[in-house]
Amino acid sequence: MSVALRQGPLAEFWYYFRENRGAVIGLWVFAAFAFVALFAPLLAPYDPTQQFRQSVLLPPAWIAGGDWAFPLGTDPLGRDMLSRLIHGARYSFFVGIVVVVVAASGGILLGLIAGFSPRWLDSLIMRLMDVILAFPSLLLALVLVAILGPSLTNAMIAIALVLQPHYVRLTRASVLSERTRDYVVSARVAGARLPRLMFVTVLPNCLAPIIVQAALSFSTAILDAAALGFLGMGAQPPTPEWGTMLAEAREFILRAWWVVTFPGVAILVTVLAINLMGDGLRDALDPKLKRS
Amino acid sequence: MIRYLLARLLTFVPTFLGVTLISFAFIRVLPGDPIIVMAGERGLTEERYAELVTQFGFDKPLPVQFWTYLTGVLQGDLGVSYVTKRPVWDEFFALFPATLELSLCAIVFAIAIGLPAGVIAAVNRGKLFDRALMSTALVGYSMPIFWWALLLIIVFSGNLGWTPVSGRMGLLYFFEPVTGFMLIDSVLSGQSGAFGSAVRHLILPTIVLGTIPLAVIARQTRSAMLEVLSEDYIRTARAKGLSPLRVNGLHALRNAMIPVVTVIGLSVGTLLAGAILTETIFSWPGIGKWMVDSIFRRDYPVVQGGLLLIASMVMVVNLTVDILYGFINPKIRARK
Repeated sequence: MSVALRQGPLAEFWYYFRENRGAVIGLWVFAAFAFVALFAPLLAPYDPTQQFRQSVLLPPAWIAGGDWAFPLGTDPLGRDMLSRLIHGARYSFFVGIVVVVVAASGGILLGLIAGFSPRWLDSLIMRLMDVILAFPSLLLALVLVAILGPSLTNAMIAIALVLQPHYVRLTRASVLSERTRDYVVSARVAGARLPRLMFVTVLPNCLAPIIVQAALSFSTAILDAAALGFLGMGAQPPTPEWGTMLAEAREFILRAWWVVTFPGVAILVTVLAINLMGDGLRDALDPKLKRS
Repeated sequence: MIRYLLARLLTFVPTFLGVTLISFAFIRVLPGDPIIVMAGERGLTEERYAELVTQFGFDKPLPVQFWTYLTGVLQGDLGVSYVTKRPVWDEFFALFPATLELSLCAIVFAIAIGLPAGVIAAVNRGKLFDRALMSTALVGYSMPIFWWALLLIIVFSGNLGWTPVSGRMGLLYFFEPVTGFMLIDSVLSGQSGAFGSAVRHLILPTIVLGTIPLAVIARQTRSAMLEVLSEDYIRTARAKGLSPLRVNGLHALRNAMIPVVTVIGLSVGTLLAGAILTETIFSWPGIGKWMVDSIFRRDYPVVQGGLLLIASMVMVVNLTVDILYGFINPKIRARK
């Protein structure tokens, strides 16, 4: 233990993170997912929208009637499932990144403002967040997308807006507990202005719970975007988004299990990996639970 | 205690106003001209259009419109559906029992399995059972429930033919709703087989909707139990020679229940969001499907009213949980 404590914060973090086997597995799966997302056009055997009309609804290759040219089979329009799934990783990865960046940056900013501002502004911001949190997140996202028009971009905006209050609350809570600490008071006495106090002095010490929340909302974003796609309010066909693929496959569930099974497995494995990673992050970053 | 109650109630008022304002604002920014949709008439003349604008009050300034809406809401007037021409309030309460029945079954299912699973996992911490259970719980927690529903349909309705694919009741049975709960109404109707049909229709939606709460409850119970089990009074109870069942089941679980009850109370929002997907997939005639259908039909008063009613319900439940918590745990009301 003492070895870990003498090293830098990153090494210390890794020391604790590594102890959680599930988290490490999650990290590897997530790395593979990111790799597939980044290099999808190089990895996918075909274009995701190319239709092979002579091979419609082919089962996976290892089943009688399958063809190794289409390892995971084809969908009702003769498109290669594997290529569509690989390209689908791009959309989910993109959704996760954009939603987390937008929700976290907006939420952190509002949380810092609420934590440092006079009471009336603090109350105003927090009541506003209470209002957003009063709606079930998927319902609010659904109505927002209905207003903005169904598309993946609008789905991302809606999900980011819905997830953002969590960041505001977390940041504000940490700010309030840090604000009266000696190091902040001394920075103030030394003449640090408000922006410096907010972003340089206090913010780095509030990051631990925010990082955990970021991992959690990455998986929530993927799930919600897929759910919106499934309801017809997210990415539109023929986009190979996993939720949209499931919606298209619904009428074939009793005839062709593979068009329904694989997109769902892809969503589940990705979300599970991120959640495993998030659990590991929480254990490694939360000083209360550290065993040292 | 009274001060605590008042303080909690006071924060409820601005939040409720905000929720009303958001629901009110939506109808004015939704695409499409609400007047044309609402009138449902082709070749609307300009005079008729102007007449309708006046009739619905769209010519008044926005603050006046909001005031009219708010006073209407407080008197239980949420407008009339464009499609069915029935009051939104009546439609909501006609469909609500279906959602309530499904949600209650789902939460009972989640508690009945999640609570004992969490306790057993905590008592056997680090053993194979604990690890297997917590891995399963994490899978459940990560589950895209719309896909889970499709898988269950493939296996139990398609391959095994055990359960129906959609609806609440077999076509063979018909009776007037009394309570709105199929499980009760089918018994009251006295038709043999109706109750069984209601149960078979409920099984898959219950599992689908209950999966995420089940995983959350199991995880929460385990961690709350672990915290309590390391307390001194548990060691004392063990030292006194009490049976493990008595120590774990009575001494520990009772205190571990406080955070678990909160999680159960707060899962109302999760259940309602889950109901949107579950009801859509199983054609369950509840408020989740009603909302999705209304969004697609651009039935704005329904979307507006439904949004407001659902949010109010979540708020009331959260407020109740908070107040109950104040009663149970004196530390909380002292903090304010």
